[in-house]
Amino acid sequence: MKIEKINKELEALYSANIKDINDYSSTTINKHRESAFNEFKKAGVPTKSNEDYKYTDLIPTFEKDYNVTFKPIEVQIKTENLFKCDVVRLDADVTLLSRGRYIEEQKIKEFPKGVIVASFNEAAKKYPEIFEKHYAKYGNTKSNSLYALNTAMAQDGIFIYFPKNSYTEKPIQIINLLLDVKGFFYNTRNLIVIEESAEANLIFCDDSLSTGEFLGNTATEIYVGKNAKLNFYKIQNEHNESNNISSTYIYQDKDSVFHSGVYSLLGGLIRNNFNIDLAAEGCESDLYGLSLVDKKQHTANFVHVNHSKSHCNSNQLFKTILDDNATGAFSGKVYVAKDAQQTNADQTNRNILLTDSAKMSTKPQLVIYADDVKCTHGATVGQLDEDAMFYMRARGIRQKEAKMLLMYAFANECISEVKIDALRENIQDLAQRRLNGELSLCRNCSARVVNV
Amino acid sequence: MLKIKNLKAEINGKEILKGINLEIKEGEVHAIMGPNGSGKSTLSAVIAGNENYKVTEGEITYQGINLLELPVEERAAMGIFLGFQYPIEIPGVSMVNFIKTAVNEQRKAQGKEPLTAAQFLKLMREKKDLVEIGEKLTNRSVNEGFSGGEKKKNEIFQMAMLEPKLAILDETDSGLDIDALRIVANGVNKLKKPDTSTIVITHYQRLLDFIVPDIVHILYNGRIVKTAGKELALTLEEKGYDWIKEQVDGKK
Repeated sequence: MKIEKINKELEALYSANIKDINDYSSTTINKHRESAFNEFKKAGVPTKSNEDYKYTDLIPTFEKDYNVTFKPIEVQIKTENLFKCDVVRLDADVTLLSRGRYIEEQKIKEFPKGVIVASFNEAAKKYPEIFEKHYAKYGNTKSNSLYALNTAMAQDGIFIYFPKNSYTEKPIQIINLLLDVKGFFYNTRNLIVIEESAEANLIFCDDSLSTGEFLGNTATEIYVGKNAKLNFYKIQNEHNESNNISSTYIYQDKDSVFHSGVYSLLGGLIRNNFNIDLAAEGCESDLYGLSLVDKKQHTANFVHVNHSKSHCNSNQLFKTILDDNATGAFSGKVYVAKDAQQTNADQTNRNILLTDSAKMSTKPQLVIYADDVKCTHGATVGQLDEDAMFYMRARGIRQKEAKMLLMYAFANECISEVKIDALRENIQDLAQRRLNGELSLCRNCSARVVNV
Repeated sequence: MLKIKNLKAEINGKEILKGINLEIKEGEVHAIMGPNGSGKSTLSAVIAGNENYKVTEGEITYQGINLLELPVEERAAMGIFLGFQYPIEIPGVSMVNFIKTAVNEQRKAQGKEPLTAAQFLKLMREKKDLVEIGEKLTNRSVNEGFSGGEKKKNEIFQMAMLEPKLAILDETDSGLDIDALRIVANGVNKLKKPDTSTIVITHYQRLLDFIVPDIVHILYNGRIVKTAGKELALTLEEKGYDWIKEQVDGKK
């Protein structure tokens, strides 16, 4: 069976490279690897018989051949023309990763007020006390085998730290570039810690500089402290031979605000798992998602929000437009514990199919044990409003233009919520170009990164 | 301007128009009246080009051109305007963007340059006052949050912006109180020119006190059964639609 072969190869990959994996990492991180690997061995890569992966078939992605390395890569970046890149026109502080590895020369960047942006690997060595407190505390290797695989294999990624009361002048933008003509399998691990009353604006972009089959398995743990505020946006704009599986675990402390949007524009297979733990009272958690897919793309968003305490508000709005033979899935699970009174939880998933062969599967779930709560959920799968189309055409607006106006109006509800003005306009522009069929591989970017 | 010969049309296999003959000359105002279900809205939808209706027989010629060969947007670009009985709300599409795109498509079809943003806003300001719709138009999505009366006024505002040659007003008076009716009718009258024509589709005679027709047709059961001058509308008001039904069905 294909899955057995895949699992055996991944296990062999780990076993054969244990020395390199540990040598090029640190004790703080290494001590979690063995138990994580054992959890992965128990479950393996999820197949369609796993309820959560019913609509996302990972086998075609995992059975391909990829290059892998557990040694650090030396890169030299020529960044003079980098900023012609589609998304890199923001006034933000940019840090680059390539295939999930931190590639800038300055491994630890210190900003005013004690804010740190650093290589995950280097930060684990320099700030072990922060890692002891937060690393591998919010993810769950038992319920997410790909997260377990990441915990076993990942060596680098990004570390972002905002101490108490801190903030930055400009948003922080992390760009992960895919490049190499031959594709790679890589695991990226990120840790983001926003301490009490701090305010952070973070933008994570996945971009491609070359084609080739890639498979990225990313895990990000985020701690949002008491009264802290985090605006966290993800833009997925790779290319249609890249595959990206991400697991993001968010832990919110009392009175914290987490405001997030994920915008999936290009990518062969995109699977985003979000797990939000509202661990104290008074939290606000908003998650928006927009997927614009065509050809044979597959995009799946799985969100799990856990209301364990009272007086928290959570809100999810996910929208997808599917064209050609694209497929999509959404599952939004909201769990409200017995004592989580005065909970407000809203969950909406709206999808538009532009062709008969596009397919969307949506599964809203509410599990409610408290009795004084307000929870809503709605899911629709439909076409563009025919009456609206006729109305516009009856005014002389050509069919193609009318379609664009409707699709953009639909998508914009998820984009208008972005709190960083320049980013919002940027994403609106990207969305329009994507809908127009104009957006593709970031050909404008002429950064040249040389592997040594 | 508009010649309709023996027009038959159906929807979902059901025949609604059973042979319409109608001729409208430049500068004329025609009223089409009829009981519910007679085919009034179908007629306007077919002239506008709604693809849900299938034309099974007959022809429609507009300024010498076979209209049935043209898609909706091209008919509109040629100067045909349909005032909807139930105008559509389009959340997320701004009113300004909607009208601007429509106006510029028209201009393109007429070989004119598109309006700049400044020129367009100036035009909007001029035309807004015609239907006393005021500030409701900017910063809004198309018809979103508009009352029935405001939606109808918005139709006339769009007509003012597009300056059509042939305006088909489908039950523009339905749901309006007397004041709104006056404003809407006033707008229509102000927009009339010697070379434009208007088809007023209505159930009641009341609107025709304000928009005075040259010719009145009565549509019953998919056919035009009576055509006369504006007095016909008054006779109809007096005698009711039953009078027509008796006349037509009685003959059979």
